[in-house]
Amino acid sequence: MSDTSKPMDPSRRQFISKTGAATGAAMIAPGVFLTTPAQAKPADQPVSNDKRWGILVDTNKCGNGCNACITACEEENGWGSANPSEDHSSPEQKAQWIRKVTIRDKATQHVTTLPLMCQHCENPPCVDVCPTGASFKREDGIVLVDKHICIGCRYCMMACPYKARSFVHEDLKDQKPWAPRGKGTVESCTMCVHRVDEDGTPACVEACNATAGGALRFGDLYDENSEISRELKQYGGKEIRADLNLNTGVRYRGI
Amino acid sequence: MKQVLKYREIEGKSTGFWILLGGLGALIALALGAVLYMEHEGHYVTGMSNQIVWGMPHVFAIFLIVTASGILNPASIGTVFGKTLYKPLGRLSALLAIAMLIGGLMVLVLDLGHPDRLIVAMTYYNFKSIFAWNIILYNGFLAVVAIYIWLMMERKMNKYYPAAGFIAFIWRLILTTGTGSIFGFLVARQAYDAALLAPMFVIMSFAYGLAVFILVLMAAYAWTKRPLGDAVLFRLKNLLGVFIASVLYFVAVYHLTNLYAAENSGVEHFILMDGGIYTKLFWIVQILLGSLLPLAMVYHPTIGKSRPAIATAAALVIIGGFAQLYVLLIGGQAYPLEMFPGYEVTSSFFDGQVNSYSPSIWEITLGVGGIATSLLMVTIAVRVLKFLPVSLEDAVVDPHAAKAD
Repeated sequence: MSDTSKPMDPSRRQFISKTGAATGAAMIAPGVFLTTPAQAKPADQPVSNDKRWGILVDTNKCGNGCNACITACEEENGWGSANPSEDHSSPEQKAQWIRKVTIRDKATQHVTTLPLMCQHCENPPCVDVCPTGASFKREDGIVLVDKHICIGCRYCMMACPYKARSFVHEDLKDQKPWAPRGKGTVESCTMCVHRVDEDGTPACVEACNATAGGALRFGDLYDENSEISRELKQYGGKEIRADLNLNTGVRYRGI
Repeated sequence: MKQVLKYREIEGKSTGFWILLGGLGALIALALGAVLYMEHEGHYVTGMSNQIVWGMPHVFAIFLIVTASGILNPASIGTVFGKTLYKPLGRLSALLAIAMLIGGLMVLVLDLGHPDRLIVAMTYYNFKSIFAWNIILYNGFLAVVAIYIWLMMERKMNKYYPAAGFIAFIWRLILTTGTGSIFGFLVARQAYDAALLAPMFVIMSFAYGLAVFILVLMAAYAWTKRPLGDAVLFRLKNLLGVFIASVLYFVAVYHLTNLYAAENSGVEHFILMDGGIYTKLFWIVQILLGSLLPLAMVYHPTIGKSRPAIATAAALVIIGGFAQLYVLLIGGQAYPLEMFPGYEVTSSFFDGQVNSYSPSIWEITLGVGGIATSLLMVTIAVRVLKFLPVSLEDAVVDPHAAKAD
């Protein structure tokens, strides 16, 4: 599946103007290269499966009461406290792309807190059940909703084992250009695909590392030299509901 | 006392007929108003949420869709299994199947977040999705049954109708397997994720479908003052008893299997013991009023021969069916997702809590509008086309008294 729902970004325009200029130059001075090819993947080319993006959560470093990742996601993607226009919906109806979950072991009373969001499964149940294919997984493992063909049936929400998806229950204002939120469609964590496509880091990971305990690692699970892969190799990382064999892109340490 | 089987349009001139049409039309108008409101405002005006994702519209829609499949039984028994007594019922049975399915689909589609994108649902298919398969199965069912009706009605084409009836019979078994699999394939939730749900939905369709068929048949013949003999009615009510017992069997196996597995003991405890409204609906409405009572009524030596009692039993099966779907759909979602077995879970998104749901008037109005749509279609169809036999007296339908057809 190609990344058709990716928002238009400035680098695409730059790419077009650069290639246009290069074509012009080539016509004026054949055989002379005036520009060098860009290093990053241009936005109009499909993502490849050379990479698989993932997030590792170290619950030992995740602070009880800390909401830095959630606040950052809200502000980055325009939901929750960062979008006051979602004011008709009840708390049960309001979207939550990422949430802090507190779990207490019934046997030992040990308390752990962790952020929970779309787990970006390799075998996502939401993608399997979607009748139109609006739920899709990019080649690099990021699971998204194509807002143009989502009919709002909510079958993906029934199928998701993590309750990671939300349905937009009313018209919303002040949306971010890279995170359109249409009434009557389903949405969830995009792993900040708009940042990732420009070699960036998801907002939650950035905020956790900048202001909080550094509990989140983002990186390429296929690259054995990436920080996330090295940490996973050294300390391990668990999937939530590993019994379902979904091979999630988000892994947890300390649960 | 040989009588020939004749079909005729109903007269449709009485005040009662126009009141019926007007009443059903009004219910449909109210439903469309509710849809406009829900779609304009957004789903926040409903009781549904990100916790209870599917609500009352889905209970109505699935009831109608499941019933549509099962209500084809009288036609199938006549055509596929060659039971002469059922043959006069074939046209009405097939008509009801189409009407109930359209009513159910209407409710389902009008509850979508984007009903305006119906064309998307018809043009983009993810073939791994049972929902996408169902879109094909539903549309195909409408076409197959429409052809089946035409072949039954068109004298020149009569010899082909058994083939169409056979295809329709197989098709609707697959169709209800698909409907049950909407839940059967959901691995995420404790209440679903069971292969048994597919055959259970098939047998539920038999019971609901026959109950609706009996009520419609009795009402149509009483209101048009056409004779309806005991032979047909008693055969149908005895069959209804078999279907009620079969549903009970599947319900028992479903819960016993779940109870045996420790991982599902939580959800079973919730539904069967301390689930509040869901536990009450299960034991009192689904099991007692919706299954055991009508079962006793239809097989009782004297009560079972009383027409009001047969109608009451059929109505109870329908009420029990709604309760069953409500418990399965809403109760199944009310029970929290088990992501961390052995842990107490809390969050800002209601993790680890039993989710509450109170259906809004809009959702119920939409659902009732779906039923009204089905009944209006049937009412108009029997007025303009020859669906109903002039008489279903014993002498007409009883194979020993007369050769039917």
